[in-house]
Amino acid sequence: MSETIEADVVIVGAGPVGLFAVFELGLLDVRCHLIDILDKPGGQCAELYPEKPIYDIPAFPIITGDGLTENLLAQIKPFDPTFHLGEMVNGIERLEDGTFRVTTDADKVFHTKVVVIAAGGGSFQPKRPPVPGIEGYEGKSVFYSVRKMEAFRDHDILIVGGGDSALDWTLNLQPIARSVTLMHRRDAFRAAPDSVNKMRALVDAGEMKLIFGQVTGLEGEDGHVSHAVITDNDDQEHRLPTTRLLPFFGLTMKLGPIANWGLNLHENLIKVDTEKFQTSEPGIFSIGDINWYPGKLKLILSGFHEAALMAQAAGRIVFPEKKILFQYTTSSTSLQKKLGVA
Amino acid sequence: MAKITYIAFDGTVFDIEARDGTTVMENAVRNAVPGIEAECGGACACATCHVYVDEAWVEATGEPEPMEEDMLDFAQDVQPNSRLSCQIRVKPELDGLIVRIPERQG
Repeated sequence: MSETIEADVVIVGAGPVGLFAVFELGLLDVRCHLIDILDKPGGQCAELYPEKPIYDIPAFPIITGDGLTENLLAQIKPFDPTFHLGEMVNGIERLEDGTFRVTTDADKVFHTKVVVIAAGGGSFQPKRPPVPGIEGYEGKSVFYSVRKMEAFRDHDILIVGGGDSALDWTLNLQPIARSVTLMHRRDAFRAAPDSVNKMRALVDAGEMKLIFGQVTGLEGEDGHVSHAVITDNDDQEHRLPTTRLLPFFGLTMKLGPIANWGLNLHENLIKVDTEKFQTSEPGIFSIGDINWYPGKLKLILSGFHEAALMAQAAGRIVFPEKKILFQYTTSSTSLQKKLGVA
Repeated sequence: MAKITYIAFDGTVFDIEARDGTTVMENAVRNAVPGIEAECGGACACATCHVYVDEAWVEATGEPEPMEEDMLDFAQDVQPNSRLSCQIRVKPELDGLIVRIPERQG
């Protein structure tokens, strides 16, 4: 267990609303730590629609998900937030003095005065293919990512998917595997053309197999797969010796551990007030798509507004002695100094 | 206008009058048809509005665009008649369209 990180504010989720919260809190001299399960900031904008246009961001007639993320990162740069990416918050616990202990699945521990949950649709998690009984093999024979390549050495590996993850791991694991089969539902790949060419060369050389179809069953015992049942595109069933299965079907959003944090929920969304956007637990705020209040609209612009009001309340918790003055960035030299422009 | 019939996984039938130019996904969401999640809101970016087009309607609805094909890779239990309902636009020729909703979206 690593040492505890002392923080004023921990923001759960580094999507657009979490990022803008850094700005609003930064104007009040509050520094933030952001934690996100994705390996990059931007949340759904980065993961679901990086290149798709968004038309309802005020003053941007059109902007892509990536463009919005880049602009927000530039906007919050003066406030130097610390990112903890590829990590999921597991627990939030209130200490006796009213502060919080926040823990992640990477064994990081934060001690913080304020928690802001800006987790959007929940945490992104790998999609599970609809194979009966697959849950029983997960973690032993079925994996959704490769943490240690050694765990795949000398195995009969079946990789399913047509994107970069599937192709990259096919190429990386092929030299150490007993056998590698790549399966995809069609003969067209989204992955980088260079990886696809390399894969096809290995197939031509007889070093690996490529088949088109879907996994429809798994055989094995005690969590250890022995065969995958495959239905090819001509509806023929085959049994393929398989001891490791790696499905790459992208990510889906699940509420995840948030349900266990003792907050009042409304249909899996976190109930907040509309003055401070505080949850049923004082000191824990929630902004963006993950919260709910009467009239809630799941819009990025609503999340920005929520971030601004939340910051006023959170600032008072972080600096209880300080009087918070309402100021404009256009005219306040003190705000302009913080932004590095005065 | 076109009448669209959604058949949920449990067999429940929903008949909905849909305006031309709207998408099959939008009409499902607006009428609370269960099983169409549409996480991304219709951007063809998530594959959670997957439907099976009734065999008799496959020709009328047409082939998916390459971008939709790519997203279908992320859908569950894809069949030759699989489509993302956010990419099917309602038009008079689709009056009577029948789509079936899969057991789950992801």
